[in-house]
Amino acid sequence: MASVSLRNVHKKFGPITVLESIDLDIADGEFVVLVGPSGCGKSTLLRSIAGLEAINGGEIQIGDRPVTHMAPKDRDIAMVFQSYALYPHMDVRRNMAFSLNLRKSPAALIGERVAEASAKLGLNALLDRLPKQLSGGQRQRVAMGRAIVRNPKVFLFDEPLSNLDAKLRATMRTEIKALHQSLKTTAIYVTHDQVEAMTMANRIVVMSDGVIQQVGPPLELYDRPANMFVAGFIGSPTMNFFDAVIVRGAARLADGSLLPLAPAAWKEGREIVIGIRPEHLHFADQGFPATVTVVEPLGMSTQVTLDAVEERVTLLALERPQLSPGDRKYLTAKAADIHVFDRVSGLRLN
Amino acid sequence: MPGQSLLQRILGQTGLYAAIACYVIFALLPIYWTIKISVTPQDLLYSEGIKLWPSRMTLANYTSVLKATDFPRYFLNSFLVSVTTAVIVTVVASFAGYALSRFRFRGKALVSLVLLLTQTFPLVMVIPPIYRIMGQLGLTDNLYGLIIIYTAFNIAFATFLMQSFLDGVPKDLEEAAMIDGCTRFEALRRVIMPLTLPGMGATVAFVFTAAWSELLFALMLINSESQKTFSVGLLTFVSKFAVDWGQMMAASVMALIPVCLFFMFLQRYLVTGLTAGAVKG
Repeated sequence: MASVSLRNVHKKFGPITVLESIDLDIADGEFVVLVGPSGCGKSTLLRSIAGLEAINGGEIQIGDRPVTHMAPKDRDIAMVFQSYALYPHMDVRRNMAFSLNLRKSPAALIGERVAEASAKLGLNALLDRLPKQLSGGQRQRVAMGRAIVRNPKVFLFDEPLSNLDAKLRATMRTEIKALHQSLKTTAIYVTHDQVEAMTMANRIVVMSDGVIQQVGPPLELYDRPANMFVAGFIGSPTMNFFDAVIVRGAARLADGSLLPLAPAAWKEGREIVIGIRPEHLHFADQGFPATVTVVEPLGMSTQVTLDAVEERVTLLALERPQLSPGDRKYLTAKAADIHVFDRVSGLRLN
Repeated sequence: MPGQSLLQRILGQTGLYAAIACYVIFALLPIYWTIKISVTPQDLLYSEGIKLWPSRMTLANYTSVLKATDFPRYFLNSFLVSVTTAVIVTVVASFAGYALSRFRFRGKALVSLVLLLTQTFPLVMVIPPIYRIMGQLGLTDNLYGLIIIYTAFNIAFATFLMQSFLDGVPKDLEEAAMIDGCTRFEALRRVIMPLTLPGMGATVAFVFTAAWSELLFALMLINSESQKTFSVGLLTFVSKFAVDWGQMMAASVMALIPVCLFFMFLQRYLVTGLTAGAVKG
């Protein structure tokens, strides 16, 4: 186990900058999720930590060893790939034992470690099978088994669940989290799925265009997103945004309706964007008017899509409102639930 | 298939098998005829010329080829040249194909282009310069000369062949191996090579066959009996006034044997799908 620290890491592919001055400290035993849209640099960052990509500047340290110029094999890490990357010509046992065999560990130790890992992952019955004889979920488990037998300092996961179906993905998500809780090995996990990020991480790193947008515990990112990008990326269904102007300490929307803001030194006339999460919007006697367009009952909640103030608005109701398309309603939100961002910079103001 | 009557299905199947049978007969008839003539006694060769099988059989042609001619020597020469060429070409092409498949380097497109260009020259055009060069190097009438030429001529195609096989092996696999503790070369040897065996098998088979049946260069560069390959040797059965068909066909049948054995041996490496299950699929 070890901490990981990145100092001013830069990476370019030709003229394109994919990572720009990345600074990040990951504590020993922490589960950190790198999340962001495709092409945001999260996988490149993970591959740089693994040593599969050479960085153009900065430093990477694992534990107390600088590893910036080390080969992947010397960094004492294990990686689980999106494609699983199992060696097709080796059975499950040999796949799992491969790294220990390379290190010339004693056969008894190898047997013991493989048995331990396969018991933990429920692979005992599959040890003599070839990867092509396994289902997607089983392959995923073998890939994890291969990572844990070697007892590395850091686990790296590169979108390991993307190839699984939705149900299996949820199961494996829980399993990986449970595994981390029992092994307590530092883990860095890349995903584009914010649900995975929210549910698994001790801390989430949100990236966009090669830059870290915000780092923090999942609920902190959810409750206090640092900018509009994070606000829009974290949370599903996504946050509703409205252009607004500060008028006498409240937010005036484009249609002239007013929404209350938590008291602060608001500058009169400032152009802002307000963000309201779908579950924080509710129907009221006054607020801003909206027309129901779609009602989607989800069982536990009901998702309602409405047209309001030239925007498409999503509302998530825990009760079961009796609504039909075309209904006219008023929407509002509590002052404490309204996020305020600068319209130009997109940065959080409250 | 649904929506088809039994009769249509039977007709369809019959048509399919008839077509396959036609193709197989078309492809195998020359070989059958070669074998037939090789066992036909000399006196029946012309009198029973178009019969499907002679009324008497003999192995005399085989014994005289083996005992009275230099053919065993020619075979050995052909074998040495073909195997050496196949091994050298496959090893070099594997590394070159790996480089083209995996690395980004300056001039990569140019290298590919030049390799491709070498394939576009008509052989007849390059024979005179090659003959002069080999002459000055003292490599005419010499098996080494043939090996060098065959290697040079086959390497471009073999490189592209190996590159396409290596492109089919996911990059994740060697990256996983490198994280698991391999150097790049170890990853190549322990993970990539076992998975490209079908490709290497195909390359070996292709180059071996090409070298085994090559005639033009062998004819141009080899004069002495002791250095002849079998394809040149076959021409010794053609004299000014007659062709010894029986012996020529017997020698030809024997020339087919190593190629057939070779393919039988390689067949299991030629099956594809060895990489199935490596990654999501």
